Amino acid sequence: MNLDLDERVRAFRDEARAWLRENVPAEPLPHMDTAEGFEAHREWEMTLAADRWSVVSWPTAFLGRDASLLEWVLFEEEYYRAGAPSRVAQNGISLLAPILFEHGTPEQQERYLRPMADGSEIWAQAWSEPEAGSDLASLRATAVRDDARGGWILNGQKTWSSRAAFAHRGFGLFRSDPEAERHRGLTYFLFSLRAPGITIRPITKLDGHPGFAEIFFEDVFVPDADVLGTPGDGWRVAMSTAGNERGLSLRSPGRFCAAADRLVELWSAVPDAPAGLGDRVADAWIAAQAYRLYTFGAVTRIAEGGAIGADGSANKIFWSELDVRLHETALDLLGPEAELRESAWMDGYLFALSGPIYAGTNEIQRNIVAERLLGLPRGR
Amino acid sequence: MRFAPTDEQRDFARALDDLLGVAAVPHIARLWAEGHHAAGLHLWRRLAGLGVTALAVPEEHGGLDAAPADLVVAFEALGRYPVPGPAIESVVLAPTLLAAVPDGPAPEDLAEGKILVTVAAPPMTPYALDADMTDAVLLLEGTTLRAATPGRRLESVDRSRRLFETVPGPTLVRLEPDTVATALATAALTCAAQLLGAGEHALAVTVEYVKSRRQFGRVIGEYQAIKHLLADVRVALDFARPLVHGAAVSLGAGSTDARRDVAAAKVSASEAAYRASRAALQAHGAIGYTEEYDLSLWITKIRALVSAWGTPAHHRAELLAALTTGRPTHASDL
Repeated sequence: MNLDLDERVRAFRDEARAWLRENVPAEPLPHMDTAEGFEAHREWEMTLAADRWSVVSWPTAFLGRDASLLEWVLFEEEYYRAGAPSRVAQNGISLLAPILFEHGTPEQQERYLRPMADGSEIWAQAWSEPEAGSDLASLRATAVRDDARGGWILNGQKTWSSRAAFAHRGFGLFRSDPEAERHRGLTYFLFSLRAPGITIRPITKLDGHPGFAEIFFEDVFVPDADVLGTPGDGWRVAMSTAGNERGLSLRSPGRFCAAADRLVELWSAVPDAPAGLGDRVADAWIAAQAYRLYTFGAVTRIAEGGAIGADGSANKIFWSELDVRLHETALDLLGPEAELRESAWMDGYLFALSGPIYAGTNEIQRNIVAERLLGLPRGR
Repeated sequence: MRFAPTDEQRDFARALDDLLGVAAVPHIARLWAEGHHAAGLHLWRRLAGLGVTALAVPEEHGGLDAAPADLVVAFEALGRYPVPGPAIESVVLAPTLLAAVPDGPAPEDLAEGKILVTVAAPPMTPYALDADMTDAVLLLEGTTLRAATPGRRLESVDRSRRLFETVPGPTLVRLEPDTVATALATAALTCAAQLLGAGEHALAVTVEYVKSRRQFGRVIGEYQAIKHLLADVRVALDFARPLVHGAAVSLGAGSTDARRDVAAAKVSASEAAYRASRAALQAHGAIGYTEEYDLSLWITKIRALVSAWGTPAHHRAELLAALTTGRPTHASDL
């Protein structure tokens, strides 16, 4: 049992650290869920990509560095520690790309991966519908075959689509077989958010920015070339994304370790902080460190041929709740200043509040932990 | 990097499970609580046969000179089964503290499990476990190690923890501060490992119970209230374990972060095990509240170990001190 880094990994980490020190903008960018901030964050994606830091774990053929899982975790640590901007390309990179690599045709990979990696095309996910949230399989948006044009006609409504207010393209599930029940008869589609028949209505989030949108589909044509995987097989195709979103690839420990270190600094700077808050600072740091070490254990398991499986659900519960507690502690340390929007802690707090909800609510995750890790019977 | 137990450590854990799983340990713990030590001493001789008592003894004295990570494997097993006796004191502390005492209890005898030694280390650990039956009683006051004799007996909530005040005797040796710090950190680490094991057991028996206990026409494990209660225990234990293993790696490597990491491990393992014990009691209902049901052995042991070898408050203060003194600490420096 050890936590030693070999020379190659250490060199990779040091190179990332040096590059970030040189290149991370000194001033924070405007919020990425504004028109101005969206463009500024895209430019940052291009800067990252120019030196091959946007998708380090991808193959070199697609602007990556073939980095190992461990190297990716360390890159993320360096990234957040350097205070680098939020990733506007995140949803495409962490949710769609793994599926494109696994299920996409070579032609789809050629067409979509490089523009995703260099920030020229930003992707938004289109999972939820007004009547399908945690129960995603109850979705109603339809896809009807159009043999004459060689594609499908999409109709319906998606909602809570992150980045869709400004993004270029979307991905999501549609019911292509109206006779099939729930998880069957779904197809995974890629589509342009500028396609005829699409209407976008931005939704302002709790933080005051249009980070969500509703997407209305009225007879939107999607060619066969933009079906991901086999028609009717969408659920199985999509679930590899759900696993990624919950597990390692969406929220690396780096984000929480950096925030915990900043929390300790904040606490040190408040000379007469009540003792109880010190304990909460300690607990937040411990939780971030626990998540970090847990991830190194998971990296070891995966390297030895193991899988994450339902542990991803335990993982998601843990990081999302640690994030909320950590930011609550920071706000409590700020005292009456806490409510002011000028503090980055409030932005972090508002973002953290979404964690226990997205990627499958923590209630759903607890059911999964209980049934699949503990072996308790499924409810009736 | 390979952050997982080695094959040898897995084999060691399996051997301990094989021994303890069929040794009627709860019965032995109950006898021990009544002052009947024979069965417990027999169990300790069998544990010695697997090398448990030799782990922290140097090789030149017939020991294994094992890494803290090996101690963690052993102590998690000693927590999973409620093995009575001064385990941390005799296995972890005595070999280190007595190394510089030429005419003290022999390390060879400790390694072979021929003798048991207990230690009080006030203010953190004011009382000596089982001091009326051990071969030696040690009193660690700062860096001064004294011989001692048992005084008044005190009752622990964990009835198998027979506590004694100590009457100071002659000074045996003045120890290096680093020796004391490492010894106490290793004690806290192994206590954390015991808590993990005890928490795992409390969860495991509760999962079995809620799969069979029926109320309102269904097994109670089908109810989300129960599922979520136990899911939170699974999560807490899963994220405490890497901290315990990480602290073992730090201690083994002589890292300057070792005290910080041990503090994190003890806080986290205490909290996870305590959560497990509370959930176990709640899910069992009245039967869990009885002394005669074996779950009580773990519920009371966990409560006792939460405050043993450094309370959570003590370790949080240690952690904050480590984080805010000296160089700026980053979680991301390996």
